[in-house]
Amino acid sequence: MSLLEVKGLNSYYGDSHILFDVAIEVQPHEVVALLGRNGAGKSTTFKSLMGMVKPRSGSIKFDGHELAGRAPHEIAQVGLQLVPEERRIFGSLDVEENIILAGLTARNKWSLDRIYELFPRLGQRKRSSGTALSGGEQQMLAIARALVRDPKMILLDEPFEGLAPVIVKDLMNACRRLAADGLTIVLVEQNLAATLALASRAYIVNNGHIVHEGRTADIKADPAVLHRYLGV
Amino acid sequence: MINWGNLISQMFNGLVLGMLLALISSGLTIIYGTLGVLNLAHGAMFMLGGYAGWLAFSYTHSFIAAVVVGSLFVMIVGIVMERVIIRSFYGRPHEDQILVTFGIGIVFVEAVRFAFGSLSKIVPPPEMLNGIVNLGFMFYPKYRLALLVIVAVALLVLYIVLYRTKLGMIVRAGIEDAGMVDALGINVHKVFMLVFGIGAMAAGFSGIVNAPVVAVSPDVGESILVQTFVVVVIGGVGSFPGAILGGLIAGEIISITSMFNPGYAYVMLFAAMTLVLVLRPYGLLGTAGRD
Repeated sequence: MSLLEVKGLNSYYGDSHILFDVAIEVQPHEVVALLGRNGAGKSTTFKSLMGMVKPRSGSIKFDGHELAGRAPHEIAQVGLQLVPEERRIFGSLDVEENIILAGLTARNKWSLDRIYELFPRLGQRKRSSGTALSGGEQQMLAIARALVRDPKMILLDEPFEGLAPVIVKDLMNACRRLAADGLTIVLVEQNLAATLALASRAYIVNNGHIVHEGRTADIKADPAVLHRYLGV
Repeated sequence: MINWGNLISQMFNGLVLGMLLALISSGLTIIYGTLGVLNLAHGAMFMLGGYAGWLAFSYTHSFIAAVVVGSLFVMIVGIVMERVIIRSFYGRPHEDQILVTFGIGIVFVEAVRFAFGSLSKIVPPPEMLNGIVNLGFMFYPKYRLALLVIVAVALLVLYIVLYRTKLGMIVRAGIEDAGMVDALGINVHKVFMLVFGIGAMAAGFSGIVNAPVVAVSPDVGESILVQTFVVVVIGGVGSFPGAILGGLIAGEIISITSMFNPGYAYVMLFAAMTLVLVLRPYGLLGTAGRD
């Protein structure tokens, strides 16, 4: 049974139609990527899944729950967690408070030790205010905030954007570890090489439509698809 | 020619007024910071606290009962107001929120005037705090001195709630980014209701503890509302430390100016606010964070 099954999803920003009948299916323990140009609708898809944009129509089945129309906190409580592109770290809270806050309503929360073991950098900076972190540390904290809730699936929106290659490598290793531990991950990323290395399957989004779906190995080997939808 | 004894006593008055403004403004600023709603009924909440306390006092003759009833009553009014009315205004433009809270304030003031008349009501201080005390360098009303302590303790309690509890952590995070708090599994709307209640209670509590200094009347909240707004702007919208700093500055400006010419108290207050806005557009301790 799929962990996530999205059917006929339509989302709007005000009057502009952004997502058209989006359909996505993700199996448990899969790492899936959403590819597409800027403005294709990838982030909107994530926000619709998380309830931060209310879908106009369609169904989002997640682990036996219907999520369409539910509030973000209800969606978080059934085990889906978005790591937003802007990271949205709370600057008035320190690193540890950011993590504790995120875990407040989680049923089986991760221990702080487990978080700091995955991201030692956060352990060293646990008393720093959220605003004093580097971009890479902020991204680690954003992911840590999702993980502390012990979610069944995380949605990673552009986790590597604007980060130095050495930090990207660290984060990729962390993602690989999480995937190996069985966490289901859906990923949006402009860094095509990193995405194709992490994900086993991908959807290509274009102008709010899903235009292609396939194994990343096949997409990598298909210059026509890469060129047509991703411009590479 | 400055009369030094007079100046010191006015500075003390300024300190008392400043602390009180700090407490009322903290309520306003946490509501605005978290919910994004500018509560123009906040002055009316101050007034309601005074009346609810006065009513409790006239039945029980206990000052403590008056304070408890005054604070709790206004907290409940705040929660009901948030549940029934404010809730439908979160998604609406600021003008709508301003109009509706302003309207609610008028309803409260006129309802109280209708029920109890326009004449002011007196709540005497507790027996043991009556009279004046010799501080060595001046004589000062005992209750005003006690008020300083009472309000300082209330601010400390508010500080502990905001900075040492889980609720406070949620409120501080919510002031920055309520949407993200929601996405982390916390029902922000429930928290909003509590914040509104606590913010209103800060005004209600101030209203009753100030009643022995300034008798309560239906219009007592009006000038308080104006001063509170200035405090929040000076200190930085959404900042609790800013509300305290702004309150103390505003209290001293009003008191010291009044010593020379009370007519210029507001002129100086608004001049200070303008100066702050020119030099630091987000207030002394505010940040540009909010969207």
